Amino acid sequence: MTKQRRNDKATQTWSLPAAERLELLRMMIMAREFDAAMLRLYRQGKAFGGVYSQLGNEAVSVGTAYALDRTADVLFPMHRNIGAHFVFGQDLDTLMVNHLARAGSQMRGTDGTGHYADPAKRIYGNVSHLGAMIPVAAGFALASRMRGETCVALTYIGDGGAQVGEVHEALNFAAVQRIPLVLVIENNQYAYSTPSHLEFACEKLSDRAIGYGMAGVTIDGTDVELVLKTTQDAVARARRGDGPTIIETLTMRMRGHAEHDDFSYVPKEQLEEWAKKDPVERYAERLITDGVTTAESVAALRATTLADMIAAIDRAVELPWPDASEGFRNVFIDEVSA
Amino acid sequence: MIMTYLEAIADAMRQEMRRDPSVFMIGEDIGTYGGAFKLTKGFLDEFGPGRIMDAPISEAAIIGAAIGASLNGMRPIAEMQFIDFITNGFNQLVTVAGTTAYRWGLPVPMVVRGPSGGGVGGNPFHSRDPENWFVHATGLKVVCPAFPADAKGLMTASIRDNNPVIFFEHKGLYRKIKEDVPEGEYVVPLGQANVVRPGKHVSVICYGSAVHMALAAADTLSADGVDVEVVDIRTLVPFDEETVLASVRKTGRAVVAHEAVLTGGFGGEIVARITEKAFRYLDAPVVRVAAFDSPTPFAPTLEAAVLPNAEKLGQAIRNVVAF
Repeated sequence: MTKQRRNDKATQTWSLPAAERLELLRMMIMAREFDAAMLRLYRQGKAFGGVYSQLGNEAVSVGTAYALDRTADVLFPMHRNIGAHFVFGQDLDTLMVNHLARAGSQMRGTDGTGHYADPAKRIYGNVSHLGAMIPVAAGFALASRMRGETCVALTYIGDGGAQVGEVHEALNFAAVQRIPLVLVIENNQYAYSTPSHLEFACEKLSDRAIGYGMAGVTIDGTDVELVLKTTQDAVARARRGDGPTIIETLTMRMRGHAEHDDFSYVPKEQLEEWAKKDPVERYAERLITDGVTTAESVAALRATTLADMIAAIDRAVELPWPDASEGFRNVFIDEVSA
Repeated sequence: MIMTYLEAIADAMRQEMRRDPSVFMIGEDIGTYGGAFKLTKGFLDEFGPGRIMDAPISEAAIIGAAIGASLNGMRPIAEMQFIDFITNGFNQLVTVAGTTAYRWGLPVPMVVRGPSGGGVGGNPFHSRDPENWFVHATGLKVVCPAFPADAKGLMTASIRDNNPVIFFEHKGLYRKIKEDVPEGEYVVPLGQANVVRPGKHVSVICYGSAVHMALAAADTLSADGVDVEVVDIRTLVPFDEETVLASVRKTGRAVVAHEAVLTGGFGGEIVARITEKAFRYLDAPVVRVAAFDSPTPFAPTLEAAVLPNAEKLGQAIRNVVAF
C-alpha cells in the first residue's frame, strides 16, 4: 500500500499533455470496442477459436505499450493485450484478418488470434504456452545490445502464467545480463478458474523482483496514467542499462477465461466492486472533469470506434479461408544465408 | 589437416565466428572454463565475453534467448553441456523454434549443439541419444555427424542455415576419431547421405556412432566374403531418402542401425521408407539394430549389454544375408 500511495502522489505532480491523454483514452476505447465487436461475432456463432476478452485490462495494455518507442523498442504482447497492438500502430484490417485466420493473414491460416508477428511494426505475438516468449523477448533485446543498439523489450504474463518455470529462468537471466526487459505481470485475480491464492503464496508478485536483483513494483492496473508513468520509469531504467523491471498491475478479469466460460466461480460482489474501478469509464470521467473532452465526444468516439471494429470484422469474415495448400508450406525457411 | 572430431567442430565454429559477426555462443561454462569438454577452449580470448556468453544453468533461458536473438538478426549457437539437458529447454525448441517459420514465415537461424551418446560410463543423464524426439517435433533440422570432416562441414552448414538446427555430437567420438579435415571454409550441405563404404551384398543404413560399428562389422564380414555397403545418412532432417533407396535397390538387403533406443527411433522411419518405396527390391526383411528400450545404465557391464556394438550389428548383418 505504501508503494501504491507513493505512485499516486507521483502522478499528481506529473502532467501529460491533453492530446496524449485523449490518445490514451482513444486507444482504451479501441481495446474496449474490439472486445465488444468480437463478442458480437461470438454470439453470432461466427467467431473461430477462443475469444479472450481484455475487459478490465485496457489501461494495462495501453498504458504499458504507450511508454515504449515504437521505432526502437519491441512488444511481445499476450492474448489479452490487443490495446497494445493498437498503440503500436497495427491497423484494424490486418489485425482482424490475422485474428480470424482468413486469406491474406500474415500467418497464412497456420494460426490465429493475436499470435501473429509483424516485424515492421515491432510486434511479436505469443504462443499458447504462457511464459515461453519471455526468454525470447530477453534474447531479442540482448541481440540489439550486442550491435550497440538499445531496444527495450516489453512483455506480459498473468498471475497464473507467472508460475511457469521459464518465467523464472528468463527473469534471472535478464537480471544477470542486465537486459533491457520490462515484464508486466497482469494480476487479474484468476488463472482460468483458479484464484490467485492457489497460484502463489507471496503477498505481491513484484516481491519476487528483489530475489532476482531487479526493480519491482505493484500498482493499480485500472489507472492508465499511473500505468504509463510506472512503465516509463521502468523503460528509462532499462535504457540506462540498469536492468529489467517487474510491474505487477492489479486488475480484474471481468469476463471468463474465454467467452465459452461463464465464470460462475467468480463471486458477484467481486465483479461489482471492480466494476466501480472500470478503467475506461473512470478515465473518460477524469478527462471530462479536467475539461479535456466532453461526455458527448466520448460517446461519439465509442460509437464510431465500435462501428469501425464491426466493419473491419465483417470485411475479414467475408474473406475466404486460406488455400489448403498453405498447410504444406513453410515448415522450414528454404533459403540459406550467403 | 589432421583433426579430432572435437577439433573439427570447434574449427567450424571459430571460422564462422570470424567470418560473420552475427554468430555468437551462449552456454554453461563455455567461457573461462572452455566448456565441459574443452571444445570452446580459447574462444573467450579470441571473441570476448560479448560473443562467448556464459549463462546460468537455465536451458530454457539459453535456448529461448537464442531464439529471440535469431529473430533479431543474430545467428546464435547454444551449447547444451550434455545434450541430455536439452529436456529442460524442450518447450522452447518444440513450441517456439520449430513452429516459427510455419506460423510467422520468419527465419530462426540458430544451432543448439552438445555432446550426446553413451559408451563412456555417463549414467542415465549424460548418455542419451534423443535425436528422434526432435525429428517428430516438426520444424527442426537434426544433424548427427560421424566423422571429423563431416562434423566441420555440417556445423558450417548448420550455422548458415536459416532454420533451427539441433546438432548432436557423439561424445565418444570427440577424441577417438581423427582424420584429415579440409582447412578454411568447408560446407557439407544438410540432407545429403554419404556412402562411406560401397558394397554389393547388404546395405547398413546408419548415423553417428553406429557408422563406426558398421565399418568395423563390415571389415570383419569381408573376411567371410560378405561385401557390406555402409550408408551414413548424416542428417535425419532433412533425410536423404534417395541415397538410401538407391543403395537398397542395389544390394536388396538392409540393416538399419543407431545407438538410440529401438522403439520410436529413427530406424523405424527408415525401414518404413524402404518398405514403402523399395519393397520389390528386397530379398530379406529389413532388420533394426539399436539400444534396448531403457535409460542408459551406469555400470560398464550393463551399459555394454544394452547398447549396440559392432558384434551385435555384425550378427544382424549375417542373419539378413543368410535369409
